[in-house]
Amino acid sequence: MLLRHILVGLLLVATPALAVEPDEVLDDPVLEERARLISAEVRCVVCQNEPIDSSNAGVARDLRLLIRERLLAGDTDREVFDYLVARYGDYVLFRPPLRPETYALWIGPFVILSIGLVGVVALLRRRPGRIQESDVALSAEEEAAFERIAKRKDTAE
Amino acid sequence: MKRLFYALPVLLALGLGVLFVWGLNPNRDPNAVPSVLISQQVPEFDLPAVGGMDVPGLAASDLVGSGELTLLNVFASWCVPCRAEHGVLTSFVEKDGLRLVGLNYKDRAESAAAFLDELGNPYARIGHDFSGRTAIEWGVTGVPETFIISPTGVVLYRFAGPIVGATAVDEFNAALDQARARIRQ
Repeated sequence: MLLRHILVGLLLVATPALAVEPDEVLDDPVLEERARLISAEVRCVVCQNEPIDSSNAGVARDLRLLIRERLLAGDTDREVFDYLVARYGDYVLFRPPLRPETYALWIGPFVILSIGLVGVVALLRRRPGRIQESDVALSAEEEAAFERIAKRKDTAE
Repeated sequence: MKRLFYALPVLLALGLGVLFVWGLNPNRDPNAVPSVLISQQVPEFDLPAVGGMDVPGLAASDLVGSGELTLLNVFASWCVPCRAEHGVLTSFVEKDGLRLVGLNYKDRAESAAAFLDELGNPYARIGHDFSGRTAIEWGVTGVPETFIISPTGVVLYRFAGPIVGATAVDEFNAALDQARARIRQ
């Protein structure tokens, strides 16, 4: 029982996988924090769904070091991103910039959602209205015939 | 209006069908990262020669005003596909008379020298990029990569991966033909 508790405790304090190695960490904590934030938004060009912050690829390490170098040289965050995009293209950013080429990417989902909503509304509108009394009420003859059948059933029992 | 409404699912299915056929194309590589350097001047760099080798180093100035098309190949001795494409590169130099320069990526000088001793050296110049920083300037995502550079130092084409196999060789040759046509203009 105690062992189980210890195990759960350990699992709860487990941190997400980090690839940043001790020799990469800058001395200045503010710059290091900026470097980590920037790294989290840069895609590793080799393992393409990982940010360089958590990728073990060689290129990822090079880029992490490069970012720290640029920060030490005094670049702003924007300048560091521009530096990387100038060499690798927009793909290296996890957040694609909003430009005419990427309008389709950003606005597309909303367009499709609107088409879907329009379709659903149109479908709901076409459903028949509530059932009217006059549609299902029996006429006088039908009412009489019903009485006869009902009486016959009663006497049969 | 009603007819349009009924036609909508069919149109949607057709549209998706076209999209799926496009996606299933075996020649499409979703992981391909296009090079930003195409139609740009080569990046500034200056690399020393590989220690212990008789071949001079490589700098951006060697690629500008050279008077001929140049191929720049990023390679390393630890890279197995580089071994495979070595023969193709050698034939470009020997049969087509193209000028080939190399970027030795993250390689120990002794290993690179041994690699070229064993396979032969087709490179007119080799820059020793031990840190890999120059490769970042070139937007290199892996080894091997080969660039076609115009006589004036403009990057015309980038091929990622080894130039091995009929498809790759054909593709590269087509790019070479296009490059030759462009510089003739």
